[in-house]
Amino acid sequence: MTAALDVQGLNRNFGALMVTRDVSFTLERGARRALIGPNGAGKTTLINLITGVLKPSSGRVLLNGEDITASSQADRARRGLARTFQINQLFRGLTVLENICMTIGERDGNCNNLWRSAGAKRAVIDEALDHLESLRLADDALKLVRELPYGRQRLVEIAIALAQKPRVLLLDEPAAGVPSSESHLILDVVDRLDPDIAVLIIEHDMDVVYRFAREITVLVQGAVLVEGQPDAIMNNDQVRAVYLGQDGGRAGTRGGAHG
Amino acid sequence: MSDSKTADRVPPPLAGAGRQQVRDRAAAYLLSRHHFRWSEALPWIAAIAAFFLFPDRMTFGSQVVIMIIFALSLDLILGYAGIVTLGHAAFFGIGAYTVGLGAARLGWSEPISGLVAAALASALVGFISGWFLLRYRGLTLLMLTLATAIMLQETGNLRSDFSGGYDGLPGLEFKPLFGVFDYDLYGHTYYLYALAVLAIVFYGVRRIVYSPFGQALTGIRENVKRMHAIGSPVHWRLVTVYTIAAGIAGIAGALFTQTNAYVTLTVFDFDNSAKVMVMLILGGTGRLYGAFLGATVYMVLEDHLSKMSPTFWQFGIGLMLVLAVLFARRGVLGLFEDIGQYFKRSRS
Repeated sequence: MTAALDVQGLNRNFGALMVTRDVSFTLERGARRALIGPNGAGKTTLINLITGVLKPSSGRVLLNGEDITASSQADRARRGLARTFQINQLFRGLTVLENICMTIGERDGNCNNLWRSAGAKRAVIDEALDHLESLRLADDALKLVRELPYGRQRLVEIAIALAQKPRVLLLDEPAAGVPSSESHLILDVVDRLDPDIAVLIIEHDMDVVYRFAREITVLVQGAVLVEGQPDAIMNNDQVRAVYLGQDGGRAGTRGGAHG
Repeated sequence: MSDSKTADRVPPPLAGAGRQQVRDRAAAYLLSRHHFRWSEALPWIAAIAAFFLFPDRMTFGSQVVIMIIFALSLDLILGYAGIVTLGHAAFFGIGAYTVGLGAARLGWSEPISGLVAAALASALVGFISGWFLLRYRGLTLLMLTLATAIMLQETGNLRSDFSGGYDGLPGLEFKPLFGVFDYDLYGHTYYLYALAVLAIVFYGVRRIVYSPFGQALTGIRENVKRMHAIGSPVHWRLVTVYTIAAGIAGIAGALFTQTNAYVTLTVFDFDNSAKVMVMLILGGTGRLYGAFLGATVYMVLEDHLSKMSPTFWQFGIGLMLVLAVLFARRGVLGLFEDIGQYFKRSRS
């Protein structure tokens, strides 16, 4: 079976600075992989390389077996690659419902239509409401995004990605900036994701990583230090030295609140 | 994967009736948003009323209507798609000169086909320049659009033997509308003609704004990063709307030449680009009717002030803009909305 996402030898440099060094990994269908590493390890850069925001200096990205290295960001999205952003990227002046309808519209090519009314397709609205209901956002459907508390906005961020009906989903710190009293709402959603979707999650909270991931990739200074199953990673001396040694204590605190 | 751990934290889904109610209310908002509201008849009633109230000012009236069309085309790209431009006069000018040169050099004096030709010519220039320029945003785009208008103007100046240069193409003659309704001294015919064109253009713009494509434009304005991430062909969307807006601006320019029977290269002026932007901001961007209100307020004020003080009238315009930016950031229409909201709240 072809992997949902296959990253082969990605390199990226900004001048003399190597931010991504020879990174390779695969996401099988339904994979649950966590990408961890200290601040500045190049995790978000890697997401940007996979989604096409940045072009790699060398290396290849395959989505469902097709080489998408040269494809535009939008083209990759239409082929089933969705992401969430570490910092919300939402249509703040629009309602939550419109945020989702827009996503469905672009997914299905409705947005090429200049003449029909956007509200004319009840099926789109119904599907959008289904997505919102599954994330318990239906009550906020008609609120403007900017009026929602940050934690709810993080859910909209995920709702948009799910409305794309992705086959591969990249979650960049989905609970970042959310108070620990609310972060469980987001992590529940992450837990309940469709088992067919291949998911890569960047997360600092080791409790979340341990709970969610079946495989972990550790990124240090742009390169893969080690990858493997959670238990092996947690007990790996190199990982402890490089990553948990400096960051583990602080990162553990949020997990402790609800773990 | 850890369902057992999370199940107790998940609130139960909304029960049948309440759930359906929430859904229907949400859907009703989107399903009905594009319906015509009675208040939308107001500007049209006002335009017809003006025809009967100020029968001797209809030459001025048709200039107001032309600027509304021009401002409406800017609203489509600035207000909805968030494209900032200081060169929108380029398309007004192309339209104005398509009709002007057609009449002066080719004897093409039928007004409606001239209008169509002007729209197509401007749209073509919009498409070509948009294809190159719309990869850029913000200040860079501002400078590039400004430069485009200047370059077109200077091209006209270079061939002033053909274009008439800054002396213009005077004394153009146009055939009666539909071969029947001739130009009259009071501008009655042209006022109604311009108004009819505005109505058609407005209907089209309104459809576009409420279409899924229009929604995508709003998305680009609100967050272009996200639009890329959900798979929107952003560049194509922008080029498409820029082409349409250019065509409409061309129609405004063509009407300008036809109603004045005269055109000079000043239609390409930076002044013209800036003026239409001031009008739109004054009225309110991204609201369709902002163009109506802004262009009318600006033109009437300009008319009165320039009569009061032929040398210093621009001071009044400047003062008005300062006040608008300080106290009505979303334009006069935005101010009206705020006042309406205020009364609604104090009543309930």
